[in-house]
Amino acid sequence: MGLILSILIGILYAAGVYLFLRRSIVKLILGIIFMSNATNLVIFVSGGLTKASPAFIEAGNNVPDAGIADPLPQALILTAIVIGFGIISFSLALLYRFYKTTGTEDLDQVKEEAH
Amino acid sequence: MKTLVLLPVLIPMATIVLLLFLSGSKHLMQILGVGGIAMQLWAALLIFQKVMVDGIQVVQVGNWPAPFGITFVADIFSAIMLIMSGVVGLMIAVYSLSTIDKFRQRFSYFALVNALLMGVNGAFLTGDIFNLYVWFEVMILASFVLLTMGGSRPQMDGAIKYVTMNLISSMLFLAGIGLLYGKAGTLNTADLAVKISESKESLLLNSSAMLFFVAFGIKAAIFPFFFWLPASYHTPPIAVTALFSGLLTKVGIYAMIRFFTLFFVQNQNFWHPLLLVLGGLTMVVGVLTASSQFDMRKILSFHIVSQIGYMLMGLGLFTVLGIAGAIFYMVHNIVTKTNTFLVAGIINRVKGTFELKAIGGLYKSNPLLAILFLVSAFGLAGIPPLSGFVGKLLLIEAGFSDQNYLITAIAILVGLFTLFSMVKIWNEAFWKKQPQELTTSKGTIPVSMFVPVIILALGTITLGVFAEYFIDISIRAAEQLINPEDYINKVLGR
Repeated sequence: MGLILSILIGILYAAGVYLFLRRSIVKLILGIIFMSNATNLVIFVSGGLTKASPAFIEAGNNVPDAGIADPLPQALILTAIVIGFGIISFSLALLYRFYKTTGTEDLDQVKEEAH
Repeated sequence: MKTLVLLPVLIPMATIVLLLFLSGSKHLMQILGVGGIAMQLWAALLIFQKVMVDGIQVVQVGNWPAPFGITFVADIFSAIMLIMSGVVGLMIAVYSLSTIDKFRQRFSYFALVNALLMGVNGAFLTGDIFNLYVWFEVMILASFVLLTMGGSRPQMDGAIKYVTMNLISSMLFLAGIGLLYGKAGTLNTADLAVKISESKESLLLNSSAMLFFVAFGIKAAIFPFFFWLPASYHTPPIAVTALFSGLLTKVGIYAMIRFFTLFFVQNQNFWHPLLLVLGGLTMVVGVLTASSQFDMRKILSFHIVSQIGYMLMGLGLFTVLGIAGAIFYMVHNIVTKTNTFLVAGIINRVKGTFELKAIGGLYKSNPLLAILFLVSAFGLAGIPPLSGFVGKLLLIEAGFSDQNYLITAIAILVGLFTLFSMVKIWNEAFWKKQPQELTTSKGTIPVSMFVPVIILALGTITLGVFAEYFIDISIRAAEQLINPEDYINKVLGR
């Protein structure tokens, strides 16, 4: 599972970088989404994957049994997803504003006209 | 009072909430916006006093013991930076009163400035790397809105670059946190320092360290990553540019100094030469590109980059004197850099443009402005007895005593080139005759524009003239950073 996820992370990062290098802002934002999801998966994998052992504490115990999945990375991802959501909403609003102001979503065209 | 350390975060938060309720009534918003930042500065001063007398202050939020809970730590370095964020924030808020247009002020401009300061203060105080990430996000989201507000065409063009680079930096930072957590199993900075010093596989940590380095490098605009800064900083209103130039890049440097003194202290043979090489390149490239510009804001933006190189040099030398130099240089740079932008804003108010070729004769018409510019510009270039001289002297002395002659020579040369750029602005804007085609005069300059400039100029002089006191504090802060045992013990409650 770890290997499959690692390969997936690699693919997502590669796709993200490729999209970042396009001129279109829509693709740029797709790139942001790919990269931020890949980063969330990095945290997920690096926390260690344990199959079918959720972080529950048995009734009457103070500490969980050994071998449970580390719950902290998942909490971190949750926070990161929320922040990522805010950032993507902002980027979409920026795209809308950019399009309204410049009439294009091609970054190079804006540059040429600015000079 | 234990919660004192939390005040620099809580006060802006309360201010933001109140400001959102008040939205619409301009005067109340102005009073509250400025007042909130003044209170925050007052809290920062109290923290500084407490840290100087009683040592490092630690607050465990919700009383969860470290490393499990969220920890806020104030040592001398963070206390100094908190004061600086309060000072810059207050000066910018006063300057904004008459320079930011009605639309922006109605549209919660002051709430956004407070949000930015909250993020900056949080980043200075937190003792937890994931928390640092969250504060970075608070800070950059506020800065995104400040940068794009108004939505003019150049702003959009700059904003895309700024937003993209900052997001890439955040993702690298987050990936670094993930990898580091996978290896060390903790997020608390003090606990990380203990775990990493016990670990025998320090080489494996370099992958995380490099991700952090690149992430902070983008934020701080060091050599290969700085191109977004001059491409975007000249687009928003000048008060916003001044605020960004004073604080945002310094937060990147702050985080870098914190990480590379507290826990990434292995593999020094690899990191310190790298820091010195990149520091040197940052200085040289920044200052050379600045000299080819003719827009004041662009010249000053490229100089932000060049000045960052000095702070990197201090960290790369990794001696008490070097880091003390870096800290002093940060304080000096925050004061003078902000002020040069504010002076450029006044020039723009008088002449209606930032383009050096179109203006002139200001020495004759505004002698006070000329003196204020001279103080900041010469302070930046490092003419004694102003603050830049002391900062450069400390770093150069540290370089010589560490026998790093090349970087020291570069630091001296770059100082000369900085002077060249400042003299260029002086010659073009103040000394030469006003070119004929421009005759617009926009009337008198409001007092609220002059007051912050005068205060910051006095700050530059004070830092230089009473340097001994400030050097003493910087050295104490640097000693705490180089010997982090006290920090670790206080945080972990041992």
